Amino acid sequence: MRRPHPTLAHLGLIGLVAVLGVVSLGAGKVWVPPATWLDASDPRWPILFDLRLPRTLLAMAVGAALGMSGAAMQGYTRNPLADPGALGVSSMAALGAVLTLYLGAGAQAPWVIAAAGMCGALTAVLLLLALSGQASSVVTFLLAGVVLQTIAGAGVALALSLAPNPWAVNEIVDWLMGSLADRSIDDLKIATPFILLGLGLLLLIGRALDALTLGETGARSLGVNMTTTRWLLAVGVAMAAGASVAVTGVVGFVGLIVPHLLRPIVGARPGGLLIPSALGGAALVLAADIAVRLTPAAGEVKLGVAMAALGGPFFLALLLSMRRRLA
Amino acid sequence: MSALFVRDLSVTLGGKAVLEGVSATFGAGKVTAIVGPNGAGKSTLLSCLAALRKPDRGEVRLDDISVAGLAPRLRARRIGFIPQTPEIAWAIEARILVGLGRTPFIGARGLSQEDAVAIDRAMDLAQVQNLAERDVSTLSGGERARVLIARALAGDPEWLLADEPMAGLDPGHQLDAADLFRAMAHEQGKGVIVTLHDLSVAARMADQVVVLAAGRVIADGPPAAALAPDILARAYGVTARYTEGEGGPLIEVVGRAG
Repeated sequence: MRRPHPTLAHLGLIGLVAVLGVVSLGAGKVWVPPATWLDASDPRWPILFDLRLPRTLLAMAVGAALGMSGAAMQGYTRNPLADPGALGVSSMAALGAVLTLYLGAGAQAPWVIAAAGMCGALTAVLLLLALSGQASSVVTFLLAGVVLQTIAGAGVALALSLAPNPWAVNEIVDWLMGSLADRSIDDLKIATPFILLGLGLLLLIGRALDALTLGETGARSLGVNMTTTRWLLAVGVAMAAGASVAVTGVVGFVGLIVPHLLRPIVGARPGGLLIPSALGGAALVLAADIAVRLTPAAGEVKLGVAMAALGGPFFLALLLSMRRRLA
Repeated sequence: MSALFVRDLSVTLGGKAVLEGVSATFGAGKVTAIVGPNGAGKSTLLSCLAALRKPDRGEVRLDDISVAGLAPRLRARRIGFIPQTPEIAWAIEARILVGLGRTPFIGARGLSQEDAVAIDRAMDLAQVQNLAERDVSTLSGGERARVLIARALAGDPEWLLADEPMAGLDPGHQLDAADLFRAMAHEQGKGVIVTLHDLSVAARMADQVVVLAAGRVIADGPPAAALAPDILARAYGVTARYTEGEGGPLIEVVGRAG
């Protein structure tokens, strides 16, 4: 099969993100006619730029973070099932963020939550790399993910049962489900620098991920420094996915679905998948967020729940198609 | 003439000595075969030579510098390595796989014109131009082995270290690979070190043969001397005859040594 030229594929994905971004600005209970979008005196202008714009931009940032984190983790582990959500990185970030609740009111500053989220994510990635070992077979890797999910789940359950008041319980549960609703420009300001920095670190290991196609020995024989690569991956994913989780809660499966869908289009070379996966992740989260906003329901369906409803069956189908390889 | 030196190399894995006091000199401009029974330490020795494994004692020197002290990228430009059971994790095109051999040269700007020329040249040498657009997951074992040889040639290293490069190749392509390795050594002055199971292939292809048994060097010299019957009896526990066949030396294994 002939593939489109990489530049063309990139431009196509950028176009898709742009179109979905505009639709995302327009989607909601109040219809704002496009003719008035540039008119700052229109009363509906604040709806667009104070309420919807942060949400749209955050959807792009979080989608890009989760998409590229998934692609990088898959490249490093040579495992198409790796994903920050599926392997417990997002859950551990959530645990880190939830634990800040017990640090007292003074520690509730948004940047503390973000930092705690990133610490949780970093712990998870490092444990994952340690638990799965050098061989990193698909099975040990998934089992390591299960262990992390369990630990994070237990930690969150403990936090819930010891929560100081029902209001706190409510807030934790609500936030755990993952959503972009009612996020402000401040949330955007906290998360975006860390996400961009994390994505920058992940882009540095593109060549190393390519070389890892030949396995760890192959990559080392090509002069790849595995220690540096491992740390850049761990810190990059921790910053990108951790900061995302800290502002939006757990939105899973983005990093699993996007690289898988893009491989037939842009090729399977892991380094070449990083930027397309960021763009594809942004498009997927924008689309999912538009869908939950437009779904007629009493309350809004949570984005994390919608992604899980979409991603769970996808994960299952992927696992079934890999059965022969796993046996 | 440039050379790789191994001095008093010892490696212990899980309490078992895999290599014990191995010393040898591998010259550039020669094909050297490392042979020996299963578990003799051939692959371990090769990965020490490529600085992919740190020996517990002893060292590997390239002329007057320690291989372990070379920066990984510089070492990778000088020493190419083909692992025994190469993993290819993703279904990428053969040409992209060969291009991975340029990893130690690639800067921030990606593959240059020079890299593209080197990739084409390597694919011509390994006779895999016709496979360039093919997805590696659809290749046969032999085709994949040749693409992986091309991958190692793409970096144009001074030293080529290959672990069982003949495994999985049909007789025709074995001859082609042997010719390629000999031409690299004799015409371009490169050092080629291969581990081999087939003793006749070793006798025909190599200028120098190192025989390992239980982690020690028991013979090191030209094929006729290193693969003499008494040495093969000690190394493998077999009775064998070294004869001159029509196409070169032939080692006939007669049976288990009494």
